[in-house]
Amino acid sequence: MTTATDGEIVQFDNVGLRYGTDREVLSDVSFTLFPGSFYFLTGASGAGKTSLLKLLYLAQRPSRGMIRMFGTDAITLPRDRLPGFRRRLGVVFQDFRLVQHLSAYDNVALPLRVAGVAERDLAKPVADMLDWVGLADRMHAQPAQLSGGEQQRVAIARAVIGRPELLVADEPTGNVDPDMAVKLLRLFEALNRLGTTVVVATHDVHLLKKVPDSLIMRLDRGRLSDPTGVLRYPPRPRAFPRAGGH
Amino acid sequence: MALRLPLAFSAKVSRGLATLSGGGEAELIPQSRLAGPMPWVIAIMVALTVIAAAAGLALSNTARSASDELSGGITVQVVEANPAERTRQARVAAERLQATPGVAEAHVVSQDEVERLIEPWLGARVGDDEEIPIPALVDARLRKPLDGETLGSLRRLVREVAPSARVDAQSTWLRPVFGAIDSLRLLALTLVVLLGFALAAAVLLAVRNTLGANRDTIEIVHLLGGTDSQVARIFQRSVGVDAIGGGAVGLALGLVVVLFFGRRFAELGAGLVGGGSLRWYDWAVLALVPLAGVALAMVTARVTVVRALRRML
Repeated sequence: MTTATDGEIVQFDNVGLRYGTDREVLSDVSFTLFPGSFYFLTGASGAGKTSLLKLLYLAQRPSRGMIRMFGTDAITLPRDRLPGFRRRLGVVFQDFRLVQHLSAYDNVALPLRVAGVAERDLAKPVADMLDWVGLADRMHAQPAQLSGGEQQRVAIARAVIGRPELLVADEPTGNVDPDMAVKLLRLFEALNRLGTTVVVATHDVHLLKKVPDSLIMRLDRGRLSDPTGVLRYPPRPRAFPRAGGH
Repeated sequence: MALRLPLAFSAKVSRGLATLSGGGEAELIPQSRLAGPMPWVIAIMVALTVIAAAAGLALSNTARSASDELSGGITVQVVEANPAERTRQARVAAERLQATPGVAEAHVVSQDEVERLIEPWLGARVGDDEEIPIPALVDARLRKPLDGETLGSLRRLVREVAPSARVDAQSTWLRPVFGAIDSLRLLALTLVVLLGFALAAAVLLAVRNTLGANRDTIEIVHLLGGTDSQVARIFQRSVGVDAIGGGAVGLALGLVVVLFFGRRFAELGAGLVGGGSLRWYDWAVLALVPLAGVALAMVTARVTVVRALRRML
């Protein structure tokens, strides 16, 4: 169930982003993400979805504006504090970004190893997670030996294995069959129910209806369209549009 | 539909900001990409450094040994045309010196020995030729290193009994040789320093190459919350392994060369060269060369990686 709670996990205020001297790919983007909410980020190709997600998972600094994450100014965050913040995030990249010379098992184990989890403590959760995404028998395969859909499931397993506070997924169901897409969405929902804020970027309008309590953020040529004002900073609580409810 | 949750969701795995653990760290960067010619480059650098250092240490020993031997020595040349008078003056000068406080030992150098000394320049049996007068020599050794004041007083003392005598400090004859030895020691030291720079440069290039080849992996590790130290440690460890292997091979190669040349120089049997043999502590210094190489390589790798990573977000 999506509920607005006190305190926000992410705040964007008049954020703009341009690469080099090109025109802005994101302009005047303002919104707030609350803990435990489920958001879909939609928009046509080139609307700026991936750029917005890059800002969310701290791979990019904005050209202007203010971003607060977990109650801290993310723009002026010292570099040595970034790893601590990133460990609170889970990211599913559009191009998966698996480490090519590592097996599916080692790719999924990577966030736990980075966080210092001992080998004896990570073997079971990693195997279980791979089993859950239907790759128990492929855990020793390298990404090049996996299909696109299998790689995507490995990428998702890697993103959620550490039970992040904020999960950011860029087209996470783009390469899987409808049944697996639904199953993965259920995984995101389960994670969401455990308190993780989920942001899923997709251009698949059918997907939006699969998560009834989700909120929709729509990007149009770098601008966040906000006809009802629910995403405006500061937001008006309880006025969220329901994706599956209309 | 009943949804069974993955174990990681139901029993959260304890996490912290610890180091990259387990086998993951070692596997993160493919070893083969970092290895390549690196151990051999390090082996060659270490071998050359060991040879240069050994040469420098041997030259230092040569200079020290010669200096110790000559610093308290004087030579008296009695230049007198009359052979009988020459012999007498030399003998009296030796006796006078022997009786002087501070002189440990003084003796007239025998005619045979003098002829042997000058034989390379003037040929054999020169001493028999009355047309070529050969000075009589007195060799004296002092209890302390010679200074200018002592040399002056000894000159006056000797000239009282041998007016035509020349008194010289033995060290002054070898001053140009000591100068040359100092230059060679400086050259050896310069070589050691340059080889250190070359080793650091080779490591820097190899690490930059590997960083470039593994940029994607490093970015992923960063985005998953990996710290600069974690990534740097991976490179440091890889370079360290290469350096230990290369250093051991380099030390072995270097020691073979040093032992070979040491033996060849020892066979010369020349006094000056004989003083240049390496002492036990010199061998200990040579054994430290690969360790210093490993430390230098690892520090270079760490600094290079951390600097490169700081350019990433």
